Amino acid sequence: MSNPVEMALTWALGQPFPTVAYGIWTLLKIVAIFLPVVICVAFLTLWERKVIGWMQVRIGPNRVGKGFLQPFADVLKLIFKEIVVPTGANKWLFYIAPLLSIGPALAAWAVVPFDPTLVLADVNAGLLYILALTSIGVYGVILAGWASNSKYAFLGCLRSAAQIVSYEIAMGFALVGVLMAANSLNLSDIVNAQKGGWWQWYFLPLFPLFIVYFISGVAETNRHPFDVAEGESEIVAGFHVEYSGVTFAVFFLAEYANMILIAVLTSVMFLGGWLSPIPITNELTLFGATPLADGFFWLAAKVFVVLFFFLWIRASFPRYRYDQIMRLGWKIFIPVTLVFIVFLAIIMQTPWGEAFH
Amino acid sequence: MPELSTVVFYVFSAIMLLAATRVISVKNPVHAALFLVLAFFSASALWMLLKAEFLAIALVLVYVGAVMVLFLFVVMMLDVNVEELRKQFRSYLPVGLLVGTAVLIEMALVLALAFGKKSSAAGETVAVVVDGSNTKALGIELFTKYIFAVEVAGVLLLVAIVAAIALTLRDRRETRYQNPGEQVLIRARDRVRVLKIASEKPTPAETPAAPAEPAAAAAASAAEVKK
Repeated sequence: MSNPVEMALTWALGQPFPTVAYGIWTLLKIVAIFLPVVICVAFLTLWERKVIGWMQVRIGPNRVGKGFLQPFADVLKLIFKEIVVPTGANKWLFYIAPLLSIGPALAAWAVVPFDPTLVLADVNAGLLYILALTSIGVYGVILAGWASNSKYAFLGCLRSAAQIVSYEIAMGFALVGVLMAANSLNLSDIVNAQKGGWWQWYFLPLFPLFIVYFISGVAETNRHPFDVAEGESEIVAGFHVEYSGVTFAVFFLAEYANMILIAVLTSVMFLGGWLSPIPITNELTLFGATPLADGFFWLAAKVFVVLFFFLWIRASFPRYRYDQIMRLGWKIFIPVTLVFIVFLAIIMQTPWGEAFH
Repeated sequence: MPELSTVVFYVFSAIMLLAATRVISVKNPVHAALFLVLAFFSASALWMLLKAEFLAIALVLVYVGAVMVLFLFVVMMLDVNVEELRKQFRSYLPVGLLVGTAVLIEMALVLALAFGKKSSAAGETVAVVVDGSNTKALGIELFTKYIFAVEVAGVLLLVAIVAAIALTLRDRRETRYQNPGEQVLIRARDRVRVLKIASEKPTPAETPAAPAEPAAAAAASAAEVKK
């Protein structure tokens, strides 16, 4: 179990220090996931503004470096702005709230399989871990709203808390369907269970769950049309109305990191993850390499498509009214998933069950 | 040098004890709830150390992710007056002490008996599953060996849900309800009627030698909004 850090330590200090080396090596791996995610977030914000711009017959950001450097300009601006703590705010919680929202958003990436071998922690209960972490993210929102000592922020946090708790249930049931079909909680196993072309991916046999999961994902990330926690036209900016400067940037980062995470999870669980849609591309060789074989490329492509749906939805639909959100979550999604799970359980005992494996 | 897991165990135990103490010692109820969350997290980490990954994650998922969120939800909306609560501290103290001691003795008995059991059958209580999925093993045990207990618990929870809904569901006649289902199903043609009205021919007397303006024709076939 030798890793590069251990070798480096042996070379530099004459001793391997296995525990320390293991810690440093893991940290390096975390950084190797964290940095690309943050860069993706930066360009996702740009892409979002561009796409919405095009859909509204505008150009979108086109000044700083032809638009490509816009996210970096935004980040620099936010970093140098003052952080204003409102009077009567609970200072400690006010500062810790953005961290509580970014932490789970990034921690969930630990179990995401990027290709057949590339995963930070290949844990058995990966799906449960994801569910647990995505449900923790709401604390950042709740505490931000409460600690700001502002009515708008508080309204936003209450809305968000109720919304996330409601949609979590439907989301969890959708994942139960996936684990029944894959017979495993391990995300790599779930992808492997979908082998054999796009018609084997779970979005076909588990179509209702796929739709429920995706829409719940949009709701969980507080995105349009479920963004009543922010609701610019009603409660200004909801839970982060009092946040400025880098604390606001962290909330922004968390929202987009969550979006990418939901897109990755949708791809992994319903769209075959790193698998190629047509297995024949695995044999396609070009200059001795197989550019279209199963691998990270396909995951990235699927994530891009799913993320595009997020933006598309945002630019197309008006915001839901709050009681309609609750109705959709409790009276439609939960019954649909419950019935489908029972249906799945029954049909898996019959000869037709093969179609759902 | 102690093993890493031992160090981790003591760190998380210390955090948990501290957090648990703060839950009952801080004044602000929101802070107390948050310390309870911290205590749950530390407990989950301890379970993870014991390789009980399902229990650990379920604790976070159920208690931290759902129960405590609802708790915070309620606690945040309370306007707790600490002075008011402190007023009768002395008169309640004897009763509190009595209950506290009773609970302490009960817990001590449970722990003592449980530990006694473990030392008598040392080999049995060691973690059953070493390889493979903890979750799977737990599921198989629950749905074969303990199926009766699981079903009884399920029925109890169902009764509790039905009771909770029945208690809170009351039909108030003065409230005017909307039906979102109907509202969502509404289509444009239910509300808006588009009429096609033939454009009138201009009489020669009114508009001498001028062709009908296109704007006038458009206005004539405009939609008539019913509601």
